[in-house]
Amino acid sequence: MDFALSEDQLLLEQTVRGFLADRVPIERVRELRDAACPNDRTLWSELAELGVCGIRVPEAQDGSGLGLLDAAIVAQALGRAATPSPFLASAVMAPTALAALGGADAERWLVGIASGELVVGVAATELFSVREGAGVRRDGGALRGKALMALDACGADLVLVALDAGTLAAVRTDADGVAIERLRTVDATRCTAELVFDGASPEAVFEGAGAACSRMLDAGRVALAADALGCCESMIEQAVAYAKQRKQFDRVIGSFQAVKHMCAEMVAEFEPARSLLWYAAHAFDALPEEAPRLACHVLSHVSEIGREIASVSTQVHGGIGWTDEQNLHFWFKRIANARHLLGGPESLRERAATLQGLAPAA
Amino acid sequence: MDLGIDARYDAFRDEVRRFLAEHRPAGPIGPGEGDASARVAWLSLLIEHGYWARTIPEAYGGYGAEPDLLETVIMDEEFNTAGVPRGLSAQGPSMLVPTLLAHGTEAQKRHWIGPTMRGEILWCQGYSEPGAGSDLASLQTSAVEDGDDFVVNGQKIWTSTADQAQMCFLLVRTEPGAKKHAGISYLLVPMDTPGIEVRPLRTMSGDIGENSFNQVFFSDVRVPRSNLVGQRGEGWKIANTTLEHERSSLNANAEGTWLRLARLMKSETVNGVPLLASPVHRDRLMRLQARALSMKHHAMRMLTCSLKGESPGVAGLIVKLQNCQLNFDMAALALDVMGELGALYDHAKYERERGFWQAHSMFSLGLIIGGGTAQIQKNIIAERGLGLPREPR
Repeated sequence: MDFALSEDQLLLEQTVRGFLADRVPIERVRELRDAACPNDRTLWSELAELGVCGIRVPEAQDGSGLGLLDAAIVAQALGRAATPSPFLASAVMAPTALAALGGADAERWLVGIASGELVVGVAATELFSVREGAGVRRDGGALRGKALMALDACGADLVLVALDAGTLAAVRTDADGVAIERLRTVDATRCTAELVFDGASPEAVFEGAGAACSRMLDAGRVALAADALGCCESMIEQAVAYAKQRKQFDRVIGSFQAVKHMCAEMVAEFEPARSLLWYAAHAFDALPEEAPRLACHVLSHVSEIGREIASVSTQVHGGIGWTDEQNLHFWFKRIANARHLLGGPESLRERAATLQGLAPAA
Repeated sequence: MDLGIDARYDAFRDEVRRFLAEHRPAGPIGPGEGDASARVAWLSLLIEHGYWARTIPEAYGGYGAEPDLLETVIMDEEFNTAGVPRGLSAQGPSMLVPTLLAHGTEAQKRHWIGPTMRGEILWCQGYSEPGAGSDLASLQTSAVEDGDDFVVNGQKIWTSTADQAQMCFLLVRTEPGAKKHAGISYLLVPMDTPGIEVRPLRTMSGDIGENSFNQVFFSDVRVPRSNLVGQRGEGWKIANTTLEHERSSLNANAEGTWLRLARLMKSETVNGVPLLASPVHRDRLMRLQARALSMKHHAMRMLTCSLKGESPGVAGLIVKLQNCQLNFDMAALALDVMGELGALYDHAKYERERGFWQAHSMFSLGLIIGGGTAQIQKNIIAERGLGLPREPR
């Protein structure tokens, strides 16, 4: 038994982190925040060359067929760099669903995903939370209704839309009867949108997709937790670096126990959460029975510690941490947004309880 | 990541389950609980099957297996599920034995390790003094060489189980002229030596089993020179090995406590409804499960590092801090779910689980303080782990 990242995984982590540090410094993120969609297709093509886009695509469809733990390593790196990208929907959630569903359409799209030429968004919020009368239904062969907080849909070519717990439709974003409106959140680095369907014709409808949808959501939860944990990592690194350099009362502030303890508390929460993330991601592929419960736990847990770390890191920075100029808020807001996606902490915990028979089934 | 899911481990798990279906300790086995023969019989049986002292060499009274992370995890899981103690939670096995394995002479290892693991010899730890708490290295208990003996004088405090222990591992000042960290030695002292007086110190939790707490006074206590571990003046370095074991071993069993808490919430009812049906309490239970799972898998990560001889860095320094607080928080939920009956104590009518959760709450608080307070832990994490400037000392 070996509870650690492999040599290959450490190399992957190093490669992606190095690439992002070089190609997407925070100044670039700042430029992207005002774009209609922050997900930059040129950057996505470059990430495709690194194998990032096809990390979860089976080898038969030209992907690298790696595990969710490998994807989590990439997600953590993206969070650490606050990089806007459609990784969550197009590289993790959509390939998980399409690979599970199979068939000629799915295989063709998987090839496109791996090359980075096809970006696929996911509209699945209504599977676990219906707000504002949202929901998409079939009317004959056409789709009608709306989906909220769809992931990575604005700049996508295709969207997977959950119609109900057992049916998934694939729709081209440029099809007639599809309107996409970005729903801006506090987090400018992630694309969330409302999709409105007014008689749109889907490219394909997958019946009996309940299990595929569940797997897609669980994979998304683990990847989103990894992304938020990467944000936490960066916020801790920035706070520690600042505490070593900022002087007050003729001393660096990191020499004061009050500040020192804030830094210690952050890292004390971060490290065990990282261990839980590794296990949850590994379990997704190796221990499918445990995987749904762990996916809920890891995302809710990271949401909780993330809120605390985001706050404490900002406080270590003092007034400058509260400014736009300091950039720290990009990570603060990305953590804040993650809490509202793919199920909030309370509903995820309730699902974890139900999955192990500790709560009445919903 | 390799969680070693193969038939060999399934067979091992079956073997552990069969053992647990057939065997249970005859009575409570903690220091100060029940009678010693039940403890020794149970621990000896565990060693014979390799469920305790598993990786300690046979020559020293262990089972002599190679370290294997998954076997450890399986044993912990199965014993936790069965609610059966896998060994003795006491300072001899958890702190003295690792120290002797690292620093003891061959004769010391052969003499002390076996009886300690079998529970025949209980140990207490003579570290803290009234004037040397967080600043442990300022300790003043002295030992002066005289012929083949050291002569010890001084006072120790916060000495758990000193009233039951046959032996004490003791830090003493042997080099009064040296700098404070360089003047300390590590001695093994029989508690029945003339000149030792143990005075119980009543704690907030009362006198409950292994929580016994004492002051120990040493007046011209003669200790054979052969009971010195390592060299004179090396005691601080040697004690730090032990403290590292304490930091990584304290409360390693968060999952077992969580399972006990979940069992309580299934059985405890208010107005005829199980507490588990209360969404507010259930949410707290689930939040604690995530923390317990984090610490469980973090322990697997730390154990992997230790088996590979790699330093886990800051990730290893946070274990004691996090586990102690987690245990305290689990006890807090248990007390809350018991509602009106939660404060019952001292064998009161309607008391649950013999007062375990109130005692555990207070005991956990003691552990947050003992073995280096939470604040000292945070200093260590920040200074050694994150490279922030050291406190002036």
